Amino acid sequence: MNRLLENRNFLGFAFMLPAAVLLLLFLTYPLGLGTWLGFTDAKVGRAGVWVGLENYIYLYGDAVTRLSLFNTLFYTVVASVIKFALGLWLAILLNQNIPLKSFVRAAVLLPFIVPTALSAIAFWWIYDAQFSIISWALVKLGWIDTYIDFLGQPWAARLSTIAANIWRGVPFVAICLLAGLQTISPSLYEAASIDGAKPSQQFWYVTLPLLTPIIAVVMTFSVLFTFTDFQLIYVLTRGGPLNATHLMATLSFQRAISGGALGEGAAIATAMIPFLLAAILFSYFGLQRRAWQQGGSDK
Amino acid sequence: MSKDEAQDTQGMNYLDSLPRRVVIVYIPLLIFLFVLLFPFYWMAITGFKPNAELLSRTGNPFWVIAPTLDHFKHLLFKTAYPDWMWNTILISTISTFFSLFASVLAAYAIERLRFTGSRQVGLSIFLAYLVPPSILFIPLAYIVFQLGLFDTRWALMLTYPTFLIPFCTWLLMGYFRSIPFELEECALIDGATRLQILTKIVLPLAVPGLISAGIFAFTLSWNEFIYALTFISSSENKTVPVGVITELVEGDVYHWGALMAGALLGSLPVAVVYSFFVEYYVAGMTGAVKE
Repeated sequence: MNRLLENRNFLGFAFMLPAAVLLLLFLTYPLGLGTWLGFTDAKVGRAGVWVGLENYIYLYGDAVTRLSLFNTLFYTVVASVIKFALGLWLAILLNQNIPLKSFVRAAVLLPFIVPTALSAIAFWWIYDAQFSIISWALVKLGWIDTYIDFLGQPWAARLSTIAANIWRGVPFVAICLLAGLQTISPSLYEAASIDGAKPSQQFWYVTLPLLTPIIAVVMTFSVLFTFTDFQLIYVLTRGGPLNATHLMATLSFQRAISGGALGEGAAIATAMIPFLLAAILFSYFGLQRRAWQQGGSDK
Repeated sequence: MSKDEAQDTQGMNYLDSLPRRVVIVYIPLLIFLFVLLFPFYWMAITGFKPNAELLSRTGNPFWVIAPTLDHFKHLLFKTAYPDWMWNTILISTISTFFSLFASVLAAYAIERLRFTGSRQVGLSIFLAYLVPPSILFIPLAYIVFQLGLFDTRWALMLTYPTFLIPFCTWLLMGYFRSIPFELEECALIDGATRLQILTKIVLPLAVPGLISAGIFAFTLSWNEFIYALTFISSSENKTVPVGVITELVEGDVYHWGALMAGALLGSLPVAVVYSFFVEYYVAGMTGAVKE
């Protein structure tokens, strides 16, 4: 018994057990089950039979699914690019010597820690067709005459949901990049400015290259969260108007849970996996650049 | 190059003149703060506004003339809101503590026991962290149903650790790595068992990491939405985010005051916990990203 307890493989197995059982049962198994369900015609309360690629062929011809794929890509690309730009800017601002620094930093992160579903309600009210505070302010300023129907028109709704997503995501990007900025030694900037580099050159040739590894990781997370976003859309529009804001996650929920077509919903969810893998691989090769950034050689 | 060194010296900021700093730093920062915080202000002010003020187009909408607690009273005494609150607290606390327990053991095994295949296990933990709930909720709903856990709190307490354990394990692995090996070797020579080493040496040194992981896990489970929406159907078992969205909206009549009051009350606990542990929270968030 004692010898068994000193064996690192046995101990390792025992220590891993709680985490492994739970993850295998509720993460690995569902991942496989979801892929399997995508190839069946399972309904709520009825086990399905194998139908091969039928779900995928149907979804490929389905206009709503195609639209949701477009929406998801548009939502992800636009929101991620803006989140990155604004997040980097905010991180640089927060890295300055400012009064009440820690308080400001804590306040900035607030949108990220509050439940998204609940802050989305605030946006729902801000975007209300009749009582929107944005419309009210713009009318008072004399910039517009009629209230904007933020969530009632396809393109307005797309942009409004993207704005809400950006609002929630910028703090995460900014705080993570700030952590990266703080590891860059000020002496590098001093050296650069002695060599005559302008602030813009310092940014391009000192800040950005040193920040690349952390940018790769942060943006991978950001893209993953945005691509699989569900709450914000579910609360603000439920996919409407005219399916203009349906993302793949909300569509799979609608088909599988509200509509009862588990197999079809699972197929939509499974179809997201290749995109996620692409994002992860992209980041993995971004990370490989660490070697030369730390003075080593490229592999 | 240490972090302290970077923070001690403020670079060459002193070279900028004050008016220039106002334009390039303070004004953009104030705009950021305004946009990021305005929805909370708006949430709060709407929660205290009487209905008459809410729906009038005259007057100044940014302020409340006759604040009222009616919406909060409605929420606490006429809806199942207290139940939702209790459920959320219960589910978040239990799944956080369970995840911490499982993660401490797993992280220690991967990082320090170095059993055969520990590297691969560590990598798969990281990959598990990247699996989003949006692709798992359909098969999980199927499994939850098969297990007879549908519409119970157990469904959430068992599924939340699927995203908490990978995160906590990954974070704690980083912390354990920073604890010197020599301490453990000394204890081993003195005849301590692995379990004693873990509880008496490693854990006390990893308290900041435990707090970071705990706070982060707690807010993650408090904020969870899609599983709670899918696995729970009866009102008394719902969590706050789901309850507010599904129960407070009746047909076309939006009770904006009550909705905002509900959103405010549901956000406060995480905001309070967060405000006490900002540093740990940020360390947890950035630590997980930096590894």
